[in-house]
Amino acid sequence: MTRILSTALTEFRIALRNRWVAIALVLMAVFSLVLSLAGSAPTGGLGIDRLSVAVASLTSLSVYLIPLLALLMSFDAIAGEAERGTLPLLLAYPIAREEILIGKLLAHLAILTLAVLLGHGIAAAVALWTDENALDGLPALARLSWSSVLLGATFLGAGYALSSLSRRPSGAAGLTIGLWLGLVVLYDLALLSAIVADNGGWFTIHAFPIALLANPADAFRLFNLTASGATAAAAGVGGAADAIPLWQSLTSVLLWPLAALAIAAAAFRKVTP
Amino acid sequence: MTSTLTISDLTKRFGDVAALAGVSLSVAPGERVALLGHNGAGKSTLMKIILGLIPMSSGKVTICDAAPGSAAARAAVAYLPENAAFHPALTGLEQTRHYLRLRGEDPGLAMGLMEKVGLGPAARRRIGTYSKGMRQRVGLAQALIGHPRLLVLDEPTSGLDPVSRREFYALLDELAAQGSSILLSSHALTEVEARTDRIVILSKGRLVAEGTLADLRRRADLPVTLHVTARNGCASDVAAQLPGAILVDGALHMTCPQSAKLETMGRIAALGPKVADLDVLPPSLEDLYAHFSQRGAP
Repeated sequence: MTRILSTALTEFRIALRNRWVAIALVLMAVFSLVLSLAGSAPTGGLGIDRLSVAVASLTSLSVYLIPLLALLMSFDAIAGEAERGTLPLLLAYPIAREEILIGKLLAHLAILTLAVLLGHGIAAAVALWTDENALDGLPALARLSWSSVLLGATFLGAGYALSSLSRRPSGAAGLTIGLWLGLVVLYDLALLSAIVADNGGWFTIHAFPIALLANPADAFRLFNLTASGATAAAAGVGGAADAIPLWQSLTSVLLWPLAALAIAAAAFRKVTP
Repeated sequence: MTSTLTISDLTKRFGDVAALAGVSLSVAPGERVALLGHNGAGKSTLMKIILGLIPMSSGKVTICDAAPGSAAARAAVAYLPENAAFHPALTGLEQTRHYLRLRGEDPGLAMGLMEKVGLGPAARRRIGTYSKGMRQRVGLAQALIGHPRLLVLDEPTSGLDPVSRREFYALLDELAAQGSSILLSSHALTEVEARTDRIVILSKGRLVAEGTLADLRRRADLPVTLHVTARNGCASDVAAQLPGAILVDGALHMTCPQSAKLETMGRIAALGPKVADLDVLPPSLEDLYAHFSQRGAP
């Protein structure tokens, strides 16, 4: 336990000095502020409180931003140590590889959690300031916060795995950007075009829900939109939220972090310094 | 007494290439062993196998009765990699504290370790600002943590100035006196000569020679070099009496087999007042090393 905590502390200190903490906090704060101010326009007609609308906007933001932040923090985790030449010495120490990964994860997850809490705190403050009914949206915001942290954990694990596989930071950076583009941007486009081509056939009814649940980013969006009943405010692939039961998207949100970490541990175990 | 490190018939292949072939070696508690060899002779590979960083192809390695890479072995072994590197954003003190905690020791000991390796004043500066020699000292400081049973040091004195090297070997002597075994590799043959108990020479993955310096000298049976300085005007006379001698910078240089050393010296002494001075130079470690590593080559 000391070993994990010491690793986490050291990693947090490094992230603080490399400005990653500042970058994550500022990004989340600015985007949340902009969204909660801009998202105030359509509330009148919909008849729901401002915070719930903000949560729908923040969900869409988080799907892009949280994986990006997580991958940016994690791509260097193993490849960087290998390139600097610090990995052989570290692995000669009496610390298990899983302990190293968990230590790094704790530090990076702490930074993401701080960023999420700051961003969501700002959104809540803006909503409460302008709308007294905004308290109704707090449970949805809390759900968004913890599921954002889990989404971050999934992509941190994916980043560690790619970092282990590529051995070099430049290669790892390319792979992580590819993963982000693939899962967060291109995946949805591909699904949408498949649905259009399929025109309500087998793919739309059977394969599409599974495809959504298989992608951690889509599962995260589905879970939050379904749970808050904000599907009316959602667009694109999110519109499918009604069709998939809550427990299914929740299961995906809960299982992905564990799966990603297991993959990361397996990839790290294969690294020979 | 049981040995700290035992290696028997160790072989490591990378594809078709045998990086190590049938290497056997043991290191007793408190013993200082130098590992010599060209670049690519297998020194670093041997060290990484001992540390459990890479798997072996066949053979057996035990460290204090544990398998390499096991928790018990890693707790007993300290390592100083070639060109020790650390995260540039951390200070020397923070890095050392982290290493202390990883070994389950009190992080409060960090400042004492920093002072021991001469980094006291720089301990609170980031490692990114350190020179190569200073980073090497951080590496040494972490290798001293927690009375390791075995220290594996890869080119430990590269980047250190001569005074620091002497301090470094003094620290090693102290550790060896407390029972730590030391396995180090080096290119600086002269410093190894004076500071280790035993020498192991690797060539192309094979162990070609092992023993104390005196052992190796006897076994190699390399010729002894004699430098004879003649008195003014007697040089040609002396040269005539010593067949095979050549004149270099006013002195006569000649070689003779180890077994003929005393007899040759006797002949020189018989020349009496014609000889001003005589130097006997035993084969250097460089000569021994070249002899054994060439012999080991197929």
